[in-house]
Amino acid sequence: MSRPTKAPDKAPDRITTPITGGVGESPLRPDGTLKVKGEFAYSSDLWMDDMLWGATLRSPHPYARIVSIDLSGAWQTPGVHTVMTYDDVPGEKLFGLEHTDQPVMAHEVVRYQGEAVAIVAADHPETARRAVDKIVVEYEVLEPLTDAEEAVFATDAPTLHPGGNLVRHLPIRRGDQHATADVVVRGEYEVGMQDQAFLGPESGLAVPAEDGGVDLYIATQWLHVDQKQVAKCLGLPNDKVRLMLAGVGGAFGAREDLSMQVHASMLALRTGRPVKIVYSREESFFGHVHRHPAKLYYEHGATREGRLVYVKARMFLDGGAYASSTGAVVANAATLGVGPYEAPNVTIDCWGAYTNNPPCGAMRGFGAVQAAFAYESQMDRLAAELGLDPVEVRVRNAMAEGTTMPTGQVVDSAAPVAEMLRRVEAMPLPPAAPTDSYDLRELPGGVSNTTHGEGVVRGIGYGIGIKNVCFSEGFDDFSTARVRLEVIAGEPTAMVHTAAAEVGQGLVTVQAQIARTELGVERVTIHPADTQVGSGGSTSASRQTYMTGGAVKAACEKVRGLLLDIARERLHVEGQLHLDGGKIVSDRHGVLADLAEVLGDEVIDETVEWRHRPTEALDPTTGQGFAHVQYAFAVHRAVVDVDVDLGLVRVVALDCVQDVGKAINPDAVVGQIHGGSAQGLGLAVMEEIQVRDGKIRNPSFTDYLIPTILDMPPMKVDVLELADPHAPYGLRGVGEPPTISSTPAIVAAIRAATGLAIPRCPVRPEDITGTA
Amino acid sequence: MRLRCEVNGESREVDDVWPGESLLYVLRERMGLPGSKNACEQGECGSCTVYLDGVPVCSCLVAAGQAEGHEVTTVEGLAEGEQLDPVQQAFVEKGAVQCGFCTPGLIVATHDLLERRERPSDPEIREALAGNLCRCTGYEKILDAVRLAADRKAVS
Ligand code: FES
Ligand code: FES
Repeated sequence: MSRPTKAPDKAPDRITTPITGGVGESPLRPDGTLKVKGEFAYSSDLWMDDMLWGATLRSPHPYARIVSIDLSGAWQTPGVHTVMTYDDVPGEKLFGLEHTDQPVMAHEVVRYQGEAVAIVAADHPETARRAVDKIVVEYEVLEPLTDAEEAVFATDAPTLHPGGNLVRHLPIRRGDQHATADVVVRGEYEVGMQDQAFLGPESGLAVPAEDGGVDLYIATQWLHVDQKQVAKCLGLPNDKVRLMLAGVGGAFGAREDLSMQVHASMLALRTGRPVKIVYSREESFFGHVHRHPAKLYYEHGATREGRLVYVKARMFLDGGAYASSTGAVVANAATLGVGPYEAPNVTIDCWGAYTNNPPCGAMRGFGAVQAAFAYESQMDRLAAELGLDPVEVRVRNAMAEGTTMPTGQVVDSAAPVAEMLRRVEAMPLPPAAPTDSYDLRELPGGVSNTTHGEGVVRGIGYGIGIKNVCFSEGFDDFSTARVRLEVIAGEPTAMVHTAAAEVGQGLVTVQAQIARTELGVERVTIHPADTQVGSGGSTSASRQTYMTGGAVKAACEKVRGLLLDIARERLHVEGQLHLDGGKIVSDRHGVLADLAEVLGDEVIDETVEWRHRPTEALDPTTGQGFAHVQYAFAVHRAVVDVDVDLGLVRVVALDCVQDVGKAINPDAVVGQIHGGSAQGLGLAVMEEIQVRDGKIRNPSFTDYLIPTILDMPPMKVDVLELADPHAPYGLRGVGEPPTISSTPAIVAAIRAATGLAIPRCPVRPEDITGTA
Repeated sequence: MRLRCEVNGESREVDDVWPGESLLYVLRERMGLPGSKNACEQGECGSCTVYLDGVPVCSCLVAAGQAEGHEVTTVEGLAEGEQLDPVQQAFVEKGAVQCGFCTPGLIVATHDLLERRERPSDPEIREALAGNLCRCTGYEKILDAVRLAADRKAVS
């Protein structure tokens, strides 16, 4: 070693180049180049020489008894390798996230339209589909139960599951249950069923392994919870079911439940061949859970100054045929049911029910979305009743750090609700609606040429939302990270290995940034996510940067500690050392050595399991408890032009303020806010799975509309960074809040433009024209 | 049936194509070119957009046989080796890619737009890309990327 082992007591040469691409910067996505070249391997792109294709027979009825299944037509189809039903499920016949209530394939009864009944493997996807069509199922059709409120309370409702139709009822009781107020506003609200509509369809490839197990390449949000469920259903130990994350084309909650995982694995194990299943878009609408449609009854009592005295609410969430994550969705809707406001007295009841509608579960915003639509509508009603400005009434009731939530939980980090409202209000407004010269593309209806400005009115609306980050209610929520540091080709290189699912949000970028910052090395590789390392937990609840980011940080700290021990020993120095720019740096002596030199041939490889602070279960009768890890907030101001003759809406501007604690990757944060806001816009004005008598009427992108580039207005985004002392780097989860607040803001703007009450979203043309 | 066509400048020939297969299926499953995506297979999302004789089409709506004897360019054919096309480069740099499932189609559609229009206005960009759904980005950064690519192409 050429450097002196004992350095003089003054700082030698300055540290070389600082590391770029660390925390707080916006390095580019490591997978971006592959994605723009079309070379990134998504779960539907996987291919093996001898693979077969799987297809699924689904129930056409929302509720029916299965009288008989005749598989002979499928078996006789040339090219078909196997046909399987419930009877062939080798292990546990049921699966589910919170309740194991959903059969791998239907048994005796189907509880929703689209429920899997049989599966086929064939040598061509079309052969498999045709074989499916040749299966004859005789059904005894039953009257479907399609109303959540009835499911819970009607005495003559059929019982859909052995334990009854109630998935969960959560009451929240705080303060005086008989409080009265000078000013009272009431409302009944409805939120339609929204679809996550990720673009990459459910798909994956199951490969039978020599040890009798299966290797599953899959697009999912949580590898380990898939592994656990798949292994149980296959009757295999966990270590014989290995999952590798294939490229994920968006998720938004829809990949938290199993879709084709068990089916493909069963077909692969039976045929001894790799089996690929790719859902079509239509099948995708039946193949995953949706956002719970909701009915909400609210009453707000306030003083004449506009301060909330009490909030009372009854909410019904339609869980559909199987529970999925309904219990947790209920908890969010109830505990966040007042919104980001102070209310001393709260009476909330939320019910999640089984019906014969499509199963509902996780979607971005998870229960907070439905509640926010109602409580924000109520705040506007209250403002109107008092003759107050909508922002003013919100500011007067804004929660802050120190506020006691309806659950009794005291908010112990920044909650800049009032400031966010003032900031969004102060943003410049778009120019007034054009009156003389106009461009069709800037009018409701666009180039359909439905108006030249006549009948068009403008409105402005505000919406603010609150979301819990990470898993709540005492759940043991952890993430695992493995970090390996070694010298490769003379350069110190860190490798980060987790099982956390990158679904598009940019977690891979963030993991590398954290490793750079913590280890002071430029070169970081991200190992593909798989089940060879411990669980990363779910990519949901806006939790991955917090949780897996936290785990990567902790693993890096451990690696760094070990490296600095080595450095102290080899360099014969004591005291504080740190890493910077690929160098070992002493506080007193400056740069001591190259990290690469000190590490030499040694490899440091550490795995850390990391947890957020513990939370508590909620009291089942009062809903009291320290249940949430962190709260996050976003506020939107929407400006809309409405053609009142045709009921067409054009969102002219949608501006947002969000507090993110610390922007680990500012560009990616803004990208999340854009995308989340767009999904909220969809729920406001166009997106609804239309269900009639338990049947989906619009399972296609022709009839289920998601925002296009013509529907999205330009957005101004203001990102605040008020650190949460409990979170890694002070960060706050980012993904969900903007989805929550954009919907009520847009609907408020439509109300302001039209003067209509509009108690329901999405707002349909007929809701505006009065022809509904 | 046998299908012969030119794909990304190479003549390709595949056998056993079933007449009901789409061009998208043949590209993805028979030619080893899964870059074009299959988000809807009903002409609604644009993720499968390719050039057919220089005209952008939804390859899910083109029967494979219709490509017989024609030229196809997919997203895989736009970069010159390691050198990304300016549109691809701009999408990477501007953060216009999240999950990336819409990206191949948007790259081809944008490439086509910038062949036709030197510096498209925002309304023109929106109109040109209205057939390409993206669920992740809210389109803001896609607009940024298109503007950047247009600027770079205009000065080069
Ligand atoms: S896959 Fe062709 S348009 Fe959607
Ligand atoms: S980046 Fe995911 S659909 Fe566009």
